[in-house]
Amino acid sequence: MNWEILGIWLGALVTLCLYSFLYRDNPFYKFAEHLFVGMSAGYWVIYTIENVLIPNWWLKMFPAEGGFNWVWLIPGIFALFMLARIVPKIAGLSRLSLGMIVGVGAGLSMVSFFQTNAMAQVKGTIFSVATGSAWDVFSSLVLVVGVVSGLVYFFFSKAHTGLFGKTANVGITILMVAFGASFGYTIMARISLLIGRCQFLLEDWLPTIPRLLGIGG
Amino acid sequence: MKNFSVFTVFLLLFTVGSSLAESTDLPESVVTEAAEESRVSKVVDLEASDTPEDAGGSVSLTWLMEIDGIVPDSLGVMRSDPSGEEVLITTLPWGTLMYNDQSVANGTEYSYWIVSYLGGNIEAASDRAEAVSSAQWIYRGRIGMLILLSLMAAIIIYYIESGKKGKKLYIREIAGLAAVEDAVGRATEMGKPVLYVPGIADMDDIQTIASIVILGRVARKTAEYGTSLLVPTSRSIVMSVAQEVVKEGYIQAGRPDAYNKENIQYLTDDQFGYAAGVDGIMIREKPAAIFLLGTFYAESLILAETGRSVGAIQIAGTAMPSQIPFFVAACDYTLIGEELFAASAYLSREPKLLGSLKGQDAAKLFFMILIVVGVIAATVGDYWSPLKSVAEFLRRLVTVN
Repeated sequence: MNWEILGIWLGALVTLCLYSFLYRDNPFYKFAEHLFVGMSAGYWVIYTIENVLIPNWWLKMFPAEGGFNWVWLIPGIFALFMLARIVPKIAGLSRLSLGMIVGVGAGLSMVSFFQTNAMAQVKGTIFSVATGSAWDVFSSLVLVVGVVSGLVYFFFSKAHTGLFGKTANVGITILMVAFGASFGYTIMARISLLIGRCQFLLEDWLPTIPRLLGIGG
Repeated sequence: MKNFSVFTVFLLLFTVGSSLAESTDLPESVVTEAAEESRVSKVVDLEASDTPEDAGGSVSLTWLMEIDGIVPDSLGVMRSDPSGEEVLITTLPWGTLMYNDQSVANGTEYSYWIVSYLGGNIEAASDRAEAVSSAQWIYRGRIGMLILLSLMAAIIIYYIESGKKGKKLYIREIAGLAAVEDAVGRATEMGKPVLYVPGIADMDDIQTIASIVILGRVARKTAEYGTSLLVPTSRSIVMSVAQEVVKEGYIQAGRPDAYNKENIQYLTDDQFGYAAGVDGIMIREKPAAIFLLGTFYAESLILAETGRSVGAIQIAGTAMPSQIPFFVAACDYTLIGEELFAASAYLSREPKLLGSLKGQDAAKLFFMILIVVGVIAATVGDYWSPLKSVAEFLRRLVTVN
């Protein structure tokens, strides 16, 4: 059996099944959808065990050089608490784990979020707008006005009225212009994905049909 | 006036933090020594020390090279532990003057020396230097941030307490959120379910947390209206949290009997597998209202377009800049960036959330003033030098080492 051709045919059939959704919902799409969801769920279970559970927990509790690190029992117990949801009487234990995850997640991301999304942005905006060519000056002004008016738009303690409201309107207008550019850029990337898929169907899959039927070279 | 007082306090505390942070700079290199030209140059003045202000497990090495003599091909960093075992840690190109050994154990004294290779042979070796690695509790490079975040926390607590005491905390109207009730009402009238998609990130993502808070409010509304609420998730932990939150919402609405755990289900961790699954739910269940709130990536347009095709009223929100355009294009209402975080406070009107939002607004005001003053100082500073240093100072304030 030629495994390469089998792979190409499977890829092509699943692609066509998924594209059939463009017409309407149908059994072929449903099959591909369930296959995709089921296989990816199964894949991620194994992926998580192999790449998260074993290296980040099991091997740290029982290191390769021997011994037993009891401290790693603590995350293990928290993991068991999550499974307590299966038993209604002790389901409340899972809240301890969830609280830990949400709290640690919020705490850790707060620092990095603040550093990259606030401090670094402010630092990058403090510069002289009067350097370079006329175009450079214009670009710098757009940047500074865009940042400040954007911040005004996201200021929630004051109603968008009067001068404040007009500044906020400038902010949202600049944001929309940026979104438009981003939209066009991303659509181009999606079109290239579509082209890639069409190329697969036309150049990889289609030539296998005459080969299977014994027609041509 | 109050806001300007906050700004002044920010500035003062930040100045202290910034100057403390500056003191973490490493010392400059010193002078090199000469050697005879007939032999291979070797490393001199090797210094080994515990890497400052880290979590331990690291030793910093610095050295100088003799500038006379034959240039070696490469350098080998050697290390011996208390048992006397000697190992070559790494090989570095000639000219390297520092190395950070991150394979050490805390509390153990290691001895380091550096050898010079020429033609594959060790032709010279430096003197030895010893160091013991240890962990430190404080990283002074982030003291500025610690102060700023502490101050923000203090302001947030102040506003929370004010709210609890009955002070009205104003938040401007957020377009889109007023439509939440309409959307749920529409679903009720049409006898169709409400679909809530909390994004594809896990619970450690701040957008997912914000989304889950909004889910609680939506769940309460659907419980009050007696409408079915579907929540497909792409993370098992998000599913667990969503179940808790929705259950709580139904209890608050006095309808615990209407809560159906099966409506909140895990699909798959896979991005496009999840998108395919949610699309399938949209097509089959034909929800009248769809909420897309949380972290989204390339699947955003797939979901929003499918939702639009089934005729649902769609309220979307994310802080992912690259995905907002798709939501703006395909959804009826879009919460842009921080509006997602403000939404939970706006909907619940809880002092805790409102206070948090007020604290963030204070920080935004601080940064706005900082930017405006900084840009003016930098621009005018091109022509009048004293202001240049003001701009530099403000830049240093927001620098995190």
